Amino acid sequence: MTRFPAAPTAARLAALAAALAASAFAAQAADEPVIGLITKTETNPFFVKMKEGAAEAAKAKGAKLLTGAGKTDGDNAGQVTAMENMIAGGAKTILITPSDSKAILPAIKKARDKGVMVIALDSPTDPADGTDALFATDNYKAGVLIGQYAKAALGAKPAKIVMLDLFPGHPVGAQRHNGFLKGFGLPAPDAKTNELGKDAAIVCMADSFGDRAKGQTAMENCLQKAPDVTVVYTINEPAAAGAYNALKKAGKEKGVVIVSVDGGCEGVANVGKGVITATSQQYPLKMAAMGVEAGVDYAKTGKKVSGYTDTGVTLIAANAVAGVESKDVKTGTELCWGKK
Amino acid sequence: MDTSKSKLPPIGQLGPFIALFIACAFFAITTDHFFSGGNLSLILQQVMVVGVIAIGQTLIILTAGIDLSCGMVMALGSIVMTKLVADMGVPVPIAVLAGIGVTALFGLLNGLLVTRIKLPPFIVTLGTFNIAFAITQLYSGAQTVTELPDSMTWLGNTFALGSAQVSYGVVLMIALYLGAWFWLRETGAGRHVYAVGNNPEATRLVGIPTERVLLGVYVLAGVFYGIASLLAVARTGVGDPNAGQTENLDAITAVVLGGTSLFGGRGVILGSLAGAVVVGVLRNGLTLMGVSSVYQVLVTGILVILAVTVDQLSRKASR
Amino acid sequence: MATQPLVMQAKGLVKRYGQVTALDGADFELRAGEILAVIGDNGAGKSSLIKALSGATIPDEGEIQLDGRTIRFKNPMDARRAGIECCYQDLAVAPAMTITENLFLGREMRRDGFLGNVLRMLDKKKMLETAVARMADLKVGIRSMTQAVETLSGGQRQCVAVARAAAFAEHVVILDEPTAALGVKEGNMVLELIRRVRDKGLPVILISHNMPHVFEIADRIHVARLGKRAAILNPKKISMSDTVAVMTGAMPPEQIPAECLA
Repeated sequence: MTRFPAAPTAARLAALAAALAASAFAAQAADEPVIGLITKTETNPFFVKMKEGAAEAAKAKGAKLLTGAGKTDGDNAGQVTAMENMIAGGAKTILITPSDSKAILPAIKKARDKGVMVIALDSPTDPADGTDALFATDNYKAGVLIGQYAKAALGAKPAKIVMLDLFPGHPVGAQRHNGFLKGFGLPAPDAKTNELGKDAAIVCMADSFGDRAKGQTAMENCLQKAPDVTVVYTINEPAAAGAYNALKKAGKEKGVVIVSVDGGCEGVANVGKGVITATSQQYPLKMAAMGVEAGVDYAKTGKKVSGYTDTGVTLIAANAVAGVESKDVKTGTELCWGKK
Repeated sequence: MDTSKSKLPPIGQLGPFIALFIACAFFAITTDHFFSGGNLSLILQQVMVVGVIAIGQTLIILTAGIDLSCGMVMALGSIVMTKLVADMGVPVPIAVLAGIGVTALFGLLNGLLVTRIKLPPFIVTLGTFNIAFAITQLYSGAQTVTELPDSMTWLGNTFALGSAQVSYGVVLMIALYLGAWFWLRETGAGRHVYAVGNNPEATRLVGIPTERVLLGVYVLAGVFYGIASLLAVARTGVGDPNAGQTENLDAITAVVLGGTSLFGGRGVILGSLAGAVVVGVLRNGLTLMGVSSVYQVLVTGILVILAVTVDQLSRKASR
Repeated sequence: MATQPLVMQAKGLVKRYGQVTALDGADFELRAGEILAVIGDNGAGKSSLIKALSGATIPDEGEIQLDGRTIRFKNPMDARRAGIECCYQDLAVAPAMTITENLFLGREMRRDGFLGNVLRMLDKKKMLETAVARMADLKVGIRSMTQAVETLSGGQRQCVAVARAAAFAEHVVILDEPTAALGVKEGNMVLELIRRVRDKGLPVILISHNMPHVFEIADRIHVARLGKRAAILNPKKISMSDTVAVMTGAMPPEQIPAECLA
């Protein structure tokens, strides 16, 4: 007996729910392009900046941005999961900085088969045509610029080069390393190989894993072998800071040219302090913004981007040298990524 | 009745020292720069952070536990210390104590979860590893803390001993190892650590406060991680929020190479020091030889398997 | 036979675990200088009885007296302090540690003076000497007190565990299945040791499923059944099969001939 008065209320509730669902569906169907950004990790300032850039661009263009990442550098499974969730959530474009350039390919292929456009940011998949497009720094060029600078800054001094790399087999590490050799004027492998070039002028090569403490250890060990080092190439700015520390402890920090790649705000500040002599600055913000634009375009016109777009690299140095174009620390600070 | 004194330590305990000797001999022969006072003291400096972390890890592994959070907690400690000094001008000694307090608190958290909630240490420390990492990143804003006063990095300074430059931090590390070794060997509380690891039921039945021993071990380990934080700051001169990411496994490797059994109750803490130094020797020697770091990883892996195998065999033989 | 004084006595012990009544008004008596075997089928209440006597559980009702004084144990430590030592079924030894260390586990001796009080150093020499002396006292034939317990045979390990209980007990030694899983020779070695413990003046409570062993060394047999004491039997007078019958209930206590009671 008491059940019947409830029926009209239930019916009203059901109607309300249906109306809400319909309006939500309508809003979705009003076609806000959904773009997914998957970075390697959540916390590396490089990717934090990328996310910021993407969020700004998405807001400006009226797109919806989903973000995700692996747990650590190399966490492929985390990125695959993020991609699947984003596609299920309606993403038609995926921007990804692949942690593992090969292992991510099957997941990307599945996405592309569904009609999703996948753009690699910052580092390519292996092979690079696994994605629709690549917006990245030309890491080889980044290496060339600091190689040229180092050669010029060295002047007449003998070239005794210590190279602090990332770890074996990483494409970005190889490109920067070989680019440096080319810029310095030494025989160098081309941009396509993952092998690290060698030369007699290189007195020591060690792995820094892009880490400050490990960079210091690597430099200390190399100093034992080659105390008269004159040039230090480093894979990124934390490694450079570690290398500088090692040189300072040995009393050798003056007169050694230290070059690096990245252009983060901390790194640029270090150039200002004389810890790093010159660094190649790259632009994660630009990568992300371009990626969002491409995603919006694809959603509106169905046209995909393709191929490799160089997002630019600028040499930042405290002191300019003849024959190599560079920008000063002030400019570098304006353009840097990370916390200023 | 034969009351013979303890015989020569079994091969399982001598193993890490033999390995260390062989490695040093090898590099002394194959490279020019390895065998010098300067280079050898450098290696000690390079391993002093992992070395001190390994003291805490050894204590925990002796109780048949494991701590995956050690590296991250160390990083948190350094960030706390350095930010207090750099941002808030706290006097260095107080900031250092605060940092060690934070790491000890994490040790307490681990210990409570293991003893009260009875969760396996592997799971607990996997969780606190992530929590410590997140707190470190958030508190530091992913920024390195620089501009530290000299009094903070003093342990990284060195004094001359012959041709070697010995860092004060290394002296501290060795002193801590000797202290821990004494405590584990000669005091009741130290022997109880072994007993709890060897047979926790037995210790409960004979009236040893097993939970208190475990809790104490985790907190003590936390204190050692805090000291390692200070050593890390002294070595690199900064508070680095990205530090400590590989120290978890590095410390466990040092302990395993040092002959301590992962099943608890067996091991000599000085072995962990040898284990940590062996890894440093490999890294240094292979760099001097110009060999890729991949081989360092390979040799370390082989040594770990050897260490565990030798431990197993020597235990079987003693039956 | 002159009746020896009662060392330990319990009256009307009751212990319930939820719906299950493990002890249902059990009585207990232990006389000086005897080996009292406690036998009973599974669920008869013998482990609950022993746990109550050793302080591992607190009975819901009933009274326990030691040397005439009523005692209330809150935990096994209280019982140990009162001079009651237990040797558990799983031995409670740390296999990787030496015999000496195991003997003194939880009661280590510290050195005198600064080394002992401030640095809290153990007096390993004194512990070793004491261990050697105690084991010699009990005629336990193990060569070195510094070898790890895991290097000993099963029987030797049992002897170490029994000797530990005997070495520190002042009033009562409780042994839980001391010859379980031992071969004939090793089992006899342990039985010999138990006799020597009794001969030194310590009464022994022995829980065992091994009838031949019980009959070999027990002075009296306490039969537990259905949470109570069914009877106290004289192993010299009653047969093994009749004992089993009492234990299983096939022979009700009223039917036991008078001379078989102890």
